[in-house]
Amino acid sequence: MDGEAVGSEAVSEDSGPGRRHRVHGMLKLYYGLNEEGKAEEQPESLDPCDINGPHFDPELFLNKLRRECSLAELMDQETCMVKQIRSLDSDMQTLVYENYNKFISATDTIRKMKNDFKKMEDEMDCLSANMAAITEFSARISGTLQDQHAQITKLSGVHTLLRKLQFLFELPARLNKCLELQAYAQAVRSHRRARCVLQQYSHLPSFKGIQDDCHAIMDKLAQELRQKFRDGGSSAKDLSECVELLLQLDEPAEELCDKFLSHAQSRLESDLQGLEAEIRPYPSASAMKDASGHRLSSTAAAGSPTYNSPKTSTIPSPTSNTDILEFIDRGCNEFVSSLCLVITSYQELFINHAQKGELASKNIPQMANGKLNAFVDDLAARYFSLVERRIQEEKGVADNSLLVRALDRFHRRLQAVTKLLPGSAVPNQGTEIVIRAATERVKQYLSALQSFYMDSLTDVRQALATPRLSVASASVAGGGAHLGGPASGRDAPNSLPELLSSLSASILNQIKSVLASVHLFTAKDITFSNKPYFKGEFCSQGVRESLVVSFIKFVCQSSRQFCESAGDKGGSTPPALLLLLSRLCLDYETSTISYILTLTDEQFLVQHHSPVTPVTTLCAEAREAAQKLLNHYVKVQGLIISQMLRKSVETRDWVNTIEPRNVRAVMKRVVEDTTSIDVQVGLLYEEGVRKAHSSDSSKRTFSVYSSSRQQARYAASYTPSAPMDTNLLSNIHKLFSERIDIFSSVEFNKVSVMTGIIKISLKTFLECVRLRTFGRYGLQQIQVDCHYLQMYLWRFVSDENLVHFMLDEIVGSSAHRCLDPAPMEQSVIEVICERG
Amino acid sequence: MEDDAPVIYGLEFQARALTAQTAETDAIRFLVGTQSLKFDNQIHIIDFDDENNIINKNVLLHQAGEIWHIGASPADKAVLTTCYNKTSDSRVVSCAAVWRMPSDWETGSHESPDDSAHNPQTLELLCHLDDSAHSNAACVLWEPMGDGKRVISLADNHALLWDLQESSTQATVSSTATLEGKGQLKFTSGKWSPHHNCSQLATANDTAIRGWDLRTMSQIYCIENAHGQLVRDLDFNPNRQYYLASCGDDCKVKFWDVRNVQEPVKSLEEHSHWVWSVRYNHSHDQLVLTASSDSRLILSNMVSISSEPFGHLVDDEELSEGEDNHQEDKSKEPLKDSVVSTYEEHEDSVYAAEWSSADPWLFASLSYDGRLVINRVPRALKYRILL
Repeated sequence: MDGEAVGSEAVSEDSGPGRRHRVHGMLKLYYGLNEEGKAEEQPESLDPCDINGPHFDPELFLNKLRRECSLAELMDQETCMVKQIRSLDSDMQTLVYENYNKFISATDTIRKMKNDFKKMEDEMDCLSANMAAITEFSARISGTLQDQHAQITKLSGVHTLLRKLQFLFELPARLNKCLELQAYAQAVRSHRRARCVLQQYSHLPSFKGIQDDCHAIMDKLAQELRQKFRDGGSSAKDLSECVELLLQLDEPAEELCDKFLSHAQSRLESDLQGLEAEIRPYPSASAMKDASGHRLSSTAAAGSPTYNSPKTSTIPSPTSNTDILEFIDRGCNEFVSSLCLVITSYQELFINHAQKGELASKNIPQMANGKLNAFVDDLAARYFSLVERRIQEEKGVADNSLLVRALDRFHRRLQAVTKLLPGSAVPNQGTEIVIRAATERVKQYLSALQSFYMDSLTDVRQALATPRLSVASASVAGGGAHLGGPASGRDAPNSLPELLSSLSASILNQIKSVLASVHLFTAKDITFSNKPYFKGEFCSQGVRESLVVSFIKFVCQSSRQFCESAGDKGGSTPPALLLLLSRLCLDYETSTISYILTLTDEQFLVQHHSPVTPVTTLCAEAREAAQKLLNHYVKVQGLIISQMLRKSVETRDWVNTIEPRNVRAVMKRVVEDTTSIDVQVGLLYEEGVRKAHSSDSSKRTFSVYSSSRQQARYAASYTPSAPMDTNLLSNIHKLFSERIDIFSSVEFNKVSVMTGIIKISLKTFLECVRLRTFGRYGLQQIQVDCHYLQMYLWRFVSDENLVHFMLDEIVGSSAHRCLDPAPMEQSVIEVICERG
Repeated sequence: MEDDAPVIYGLEFQARALTAQTAETDAIRFLVGTQSLKFDNQIHIIDFDDENNIINKNVLLHQAGEIWHIGASPADKAVLTTCYNKTSDSRVVSCAAVWRMPSDWETGSHESPDDSAHNPQTLELLCHLDDSAHSNAACVLWEPMGDGKRVISLADNHALLWDLQESSTQATVSSTATLEGKGQLKFTSGKWSPHHNCSQLATANDTAIRGWDLRTMSQIYCIENAHGQLVRDLDFNPNRQYYLASCGDDCKVKFWDVRNVQEPVKSLEEHSHWVWSVRYNHSHDQLVLTASSDSRLILSNMVSISSEPFGHLVDDEELSEGEDNHQEDKSKEPLKDSVVSTYEEHEDSVYAAEWSSADPWLFASLSYDGRLVINRVPRALKYRILL
């Protein structure tokens, strides 16, 4: 014991790595359950110095202590160990004492138990004897009770039967009560339970009476159910319940179908009436209402008293101009959803149910399906006609998205019907309506574009009509007028190119916005956009052909109309507008048309299945229109100048006129007008090519006039011997010059346009001169005027010889028509013209 | 089937007035009046020898003044009217008169063709168609197919109906019609309708065409703004009584149904300058001749508005067997309004064109420089119309 105590002390005193190991080992021991057995046993078994270990070797421990510890340590160890031994001793003594007493009492108890068991054995024997007696008694009793038991069983059977009979007898009363409480379902259930029995025993008078009573009651019930069925107020759920019950009561299914549908019809019709009231009064609306009224009254005659409920809504509602989306919404929510509901419940009742039960044999599902289809088709047709009427009212093209959304919703909701009635034509009709609406919309857009174009033209016309710079202010002096002409003329019509660009830009923008609007029809999220029509025909025929191409054609055509309608008087269309339109058409030809068409094709990914108008055709048309307009412009402007010249020639007495001192004012006016036309045309058209001028064109004009040839002509005229000479010279000239077409087609440039105008003016001058007779001074005045024109007009034309030649003709002709042809000295003419 | 080349005749003077000798139905004969302020004016009688393509001319002096308009009597070959300008005291006066050709002009020319130019005979004045109140005659119209006793002269804004008596030596105004309106109105041209028993007249002033009833001398219809500018000439369809052709300064030739004056029945715009004259062929009214100051003469085939819109109706019996196939080929071709041909022989403005009164397939045109051109309807067309 001592050694042990010392050992434990030594361990507790121990320090260094060994001690740590040991503590670790103890912990392991403590948690031994979680460790492997090998691991926890090894430190114990290996250490013989562990005072608490099982392999403790006191000798080794002592030796070890003696070897390792100093004296003082040994002393301490010893005292500590002694102290521990002592306490252990006392503990041991206490334990022994306590346990001794317990052993004593245990022995006593065992002895007492031995005695008690003996007594119990006796009692058990007694008990078994008693039990045997009881069994014997019991067997005897059950033998006696056997008869009574059989009787009781029989009685209870009779009781049950009586209960059932009671149920039967009470059935009429019960049914009546159910009827009172309107618990139809329970009544029907009860009746069904009794029905077979009653049927079976109907030969017995009493049962017959019950059966009759029941029948009467059930008839009443059926009557009531039918009543309820007809009652418009009951909900669809009630209704279906009614139908279910009636079916269970062996009502003829066909009649029920009809009634069900006619009832549903009256309700759906009230929806339709509501929708119709939303539509604005319509020419034939009253007639239509009459018709529907007749229909209603005929159904009413068949037995439905609820037809007057929709009548209240036939009064045109004040909110008739709700927008189309609301209208369609209402149509979808009220009509289409209740239609779907009707279809579902109908199918549930008559088709699905019937397929299970015995009704299937009677071809009920087919019959019911046929009726349903006819019913749906009829109502849907009316609904569609209403929707179409509403869509037709949608004239404004302001917000296309609304219409598209409405159509989308319309189309989407009809898909529900497709799901319910796979074979129905209704969705196709709906799609057709959408298609029609889309084509109609495209048409409306075309007309909107056209009216926009015409409005823009009116605007341009107004802009052109704002007072132009009066030419009078520039006509202070002849030369000044000419120099000032272009500068001052620029102020007034400078808006011409701006007008052109703003016009074409606004048209283009309008086209783009229309395309964007129309594009909504083919948007991905729209249900009907993946229909083949919207993928193919709508894009190519609808948008490209009947919208874009038609519009371009319209532009060309309306331009041409400007030439034709206004052609006679030339007054109604301002010439500047003609010029502007001509340029517009030319621009269309060069770029705009192909741009617009490319844009369209890109936006709509047009795949051309059917032949479409090629760009070149449109371009040719536009070019033709441009040409016509420009020709007409030349004609109109030429006419204006011609009129001035004609009046000036016709109204003067050329025989008795005074010696010319000035160029006549009308000539100055002609030059000014020509100059301003030149400026106007120059704003929109390029210069164009002209034949090269000789270095001193204006000088040369003089020399032509003062040439001896001219003098010779005049001289020849009054040489009696040779009247032929006059013709000869001019004929020779004509032989060598090309024929001049006066009103001919012009090219798209300024010089060609100006040449055309001047040709027309001078030819008029010539023809007018030929109709007059001149005196000496009349001829001289013409000489002066022609010289003046010569000085200023040559610069506008492509070939100055043309002007020379025509003026030459004029002077020549007037010399012919002169009574006293004495031409003026060239130098004098020049002086007069210089003076202005 | 080569067409004959045109025949050209040159006058020494400028000329505007041309007419066929209406009463002459055997010889192809045209009358041309010259315009000269310095020399004596002449009337050239142009005879065309169809067989030999030769022109014979005779000249008669018209000393009264330059001729603006000439008209031949429908009854008497030798009688004609002229409208002419007379200058005196630096005043120009327009007059109209009835003349008779000397009886021996024809014989004279045959005897000495060389002398005729040098020593021309003079017209014999029958009577003046002027009275103090009305002058400035623009044109004189003979009663179509009449007996040469009635003429109408258009002077300023008056239409005067004259009765010629005493073998045309005396003229009296039997009735007048006056155009009322603001401004200085002046008839520029007119035509006496051959229909309705010659009781209708059509006149042109400025841009309007008016119809007159000669029995009451009142206006019966008016086509306002018939042309964009001046109306230059008119002609009646010889076979369709309500059809009228007009031409003017807007380069257009328009065809009217006078029962509906709102819109022309047809409008042509082939010329590139003013159209001065329009003439229906006397026998085949689909052929229309127009003359313009663009120096061109255009012959158009206006089938659709003619009296024979489906071609000449020929009885089958008339056709010989051999021609049957030929006929069928022709009938297959649709007849369309078209320009038959454009004649470019003139170098100056063409102011007058006339069909011959003797040969319906022949016509003459006159340009200002005095060139007279005689042409024929192309043979192909001629046969197509006939067969």
